[in-house]
Amino acid sequence: MKKILTLAAFVILGLSITMTAGAKTLRLAYDADPVTLDPHEQLSGGMLQFSHMVFDPLVRWDKKMGFEPRLAESWKRLDPHTVRFNLRKGVKFHSGNALSADDVLWTFDRLKQSPDFKGLFAPFKEMKKVDDHTIDLVTNDPYPLVLHMATYIFPMDSKFYSGNDEKGNPKAMLKKHGDTYASTHASGTGPYIVTERQQGVRVDFDRFGGYWDKKSPGNVDKIVLTPIKESPTRVAALLSGDVDFIAPVPPADLPRISKDPNVNLVSMGGTRIITFQLNQERRSEFKDPRVRQAIVYAINNEGIVKKIMKGFATAAAQQSPVGYAGHVEALKPRYDLNKAKQLMKEAGYEKGFSVTMMAPNNRYVNDAKIAEAVASMLSRINIKVDLKTMPKAQYWPKFDERAADIMMIGWHSDTEDSANFTEFLTMCPNTETGYGQYNSGNYCNKEIDALILASQGETDEARRAAMLQQVEQMLHDQAAFVPLHWQNLAWAARKGINIEPVVNVMNFPYLGDLVMD
Amino acid sequence: MIAFLVRRFGQALVVMFVISLISFSIQDNLGDPLREMVGQSVSEAERQALRDEMGLNDPFLVQYWRFLKKAVRGDLGDSYFFKKPALDVILEKFPATMELVIGATLIILFLSIPIGVYCAINPRSWFTKLMMGMSIVGISIPVFLTAIMLIYLFSIGLGWLPSFGRGETTMIGFWETGFLTRDGLLHLILPSIALSSIMLPLFIRLIRSEMMEVLEQDYIRFAWAKGLSRTRIWFLHALKNTLLPVITVGGVQIGTMIAYTILTETVFQWPGMGFLFLEAVNRVDTPLIIAYLIVVGVIFVITNTLVDLIYGLVNPTVRLAGGQA
Repeated sequence: MKKILTLAAFVILGLSITMTAGAKTLRLAYDADPVTLDPHEQLSGGMLQFSHMVFDPLVRWDKKMGFEPRLAESWKRLDPHTVRFNLRKGVKFHSGNALSADDVLWTFDRLKQSPDFKGLFAPFKEMKKVDDHTIDLVTNDPYPLVLHMATYIFPMDSKFYSGNDEKGNPKAMLKKHGDTYASTHASGTGPYIVTERQQGVRVDFDRFGGYWDKKSPGNVDKIVLTPIKESPTRVAALLSGDVDFIAPVPPADLPRISKDPNVNLVSMGGTRIITFQLNQERRSEFKDPRVRQAIVYAINNEGIVKKIMKGFATAAAQQSPVGYAGHVEALKPRYDLNKAKQLMKEAGYEKGFSVTMMAPNNRYVNDAKIAEAVASMLSRINIKVDLKTMPKAQYWPKFDERAADIMMIGWHSDTEDSANFTEFLTMCPNTETGYGQYNSGNYCNKEIDALILASQGETDEARRAAMLQQVEQMLHDQAAFVPLHWQNLAWAARKGINIEPVVNVMNFPYLGDLVMD
Repeated sequence: MIAFLVRRFGQALVVMFVISLISFSIQDNLGDPLREMVGQSVSEAERQALRDEMGLNDPFLVQYWRFLKKAVRGDLGDSYFFKKPALDVILEKFPATMELVIGATLIILFLSIPIGVYCAINPRSWFTKLMMGMSIVGISIPVFLTAIMLIYLFSIGLGWLPSFGRGETTMIGFWETGFLTRDGLLHLILPSIALSSIMLPLFIRLIRSEMMEVLEQDYIRFAWAKGLSRTRIWFLHALKNTLLPVITVGGVQIGTMIAYTILTETVFQWPGMGFLFLEAVNRVDTPLIIAYLIVVGVIFVITNTLVDLIYGLVNPTVRLAGGQA
């Protein structure tokens, strides 16, 4: 009897080994699936995750915030206006067409028409073809972020997207709310091909046999991406073994996941800063830097990180996270209630005042709870807060109206660079240039504006970093806004899936390089 | 009969019109659809241009008239997110929701009638007391909590059942079904239990009290006196009259159950209409929201019509309004 059992066990073991030795399938669950297959239709984290699966950029970010050659093998700055890229040879698209400089030019022109990307590519004058595998990127003015922007250039197969589709529309058509060819068909150079897609239900990917990167250690043959919207369900799906890899991981479930012996948790500090802005146009009190400082001193953001975020965030005293050019190491969170009270007294507001506050309740991690905590902290310096929280869909129109005295805003820099924070959040609002578009505080400091504008044309990295650090220091000293924290990122996978090397602070896992046992 | 149906059809049209008007007038409060479609750094001018292109800046009546003109031809507009006609998107998800409702209805039918009858016949037994107690608890626990508890118990703890989704499905014509595969059926169990958890206690209590009332009536006493067998009295004479009000309530509750699918489907990532609706609200996909509300309105009218018809069949003393006297 025992023999039969052992034999049966061996047979089962053998079967399971042969099964795993066959195609390796990764069952992946994110909170959402890609909204489209057109990489130029929307600039969002989800779409970049998708782009890194099906397409390849010219260069990509490495773990240390440096640049890694992808479709561009090498690059060189020729003069302050021009960077030359040498394209990799022998790269094939999914359709079988070979990658050439024409595809990159075509992609660049399309990017400049995309509503979401054209702003980012505004500093660029043109892309010039030197020969079939060499291109020059030319900027209007000297521009320091050429490589940053090259991470957004995912060459598309220009032959595949030329001509008309069945409905007579050009295949290259880019439309946000239309059924276009490019939104349902894709041909890139990336490691994976979309084989099946049921929007909102699942996307199936197969490894591209002709993928150029033969050195990539990646060994996943198939990926099944299922969106699971509810965090508890996503965690349950991982813990019960229904999926192999999940992101994002909700802070509340971190202890449970890290305790599970079958699951690997990887987390790192993120780059999205969560802040409150104090509207000086609505409230004259906020024009006084002492009142703004008092508010910053009164808010225990380290406490918020510990209690509300369960340690799953990094308390901030500035916009730029570690690794960004403008990050100033010396700036630390400044919670000090006595100092806050003293500053209020000096400013003549010892008795305090009442303000309104608004925050979203489904946009950032624990956003509504954070707002509640901040409101109660402010009551200790006699600022009475009338807080309203609402879903993001309703919040953004309110934010555009600047509908409350204090408003919450989180920001991730699309350029992965310090200047972007200031350009959108703290420069003087200007509808013509678009600067300060999200500056609901109406903080305005000409000196800071001048520094940021100068940094945009400074190609010397050290000098540029010095300018950006000066900006952070001034924003800090002036208490231009209330910094809370940078949200951490976390991914979890079952044991045997080596996610650590492929995840990064930008939150687009390089799944092409993923190794699973 | 025909006059009755015609009248009902007219009512359905009025209901659809009113729903479309209400949902159209609240759409400005749902949020800004553009926000979900563009990146954070897109300028306000660019967004305005897109709004113009999509006709979102037109006056309310212009937009509504445009909607009505298309709606009479059966076109409820294109979903912003799916880029397909909203009605098609909803009908694609309809089978998933319907199968979930069928699963829950079967659970309710096969459990509530026997338990309800038992509790009415043996009001003092320990099982009755247990059931009555549990039904109070069942009614009080929100669906999403039941759902999460089920997942933690059966998927993570015991590892018996899958935690999310529909599993393997088969296409029969336009109907995507999970009934034909083992995997599909396994995926159906937990969501069906979760969805039935609100209605089941309600029906047990309803059947019990109706049955107890019927058992007190004269014709039942007469039947006892006549010496009919217990089973005949209970399951033929009493049960038949017990079920009359249950049919009415049940019909209305099927509509309510569709509303509860929103919660159940969200927790289980069930790709049905309810989950679709919640996502549409999050994304401010207004055409899809309006189309969903209209479709659900129609489902309510249809189920109520069916209930009235069935009621007329079961109870011949009822005359349908508009029918021949």
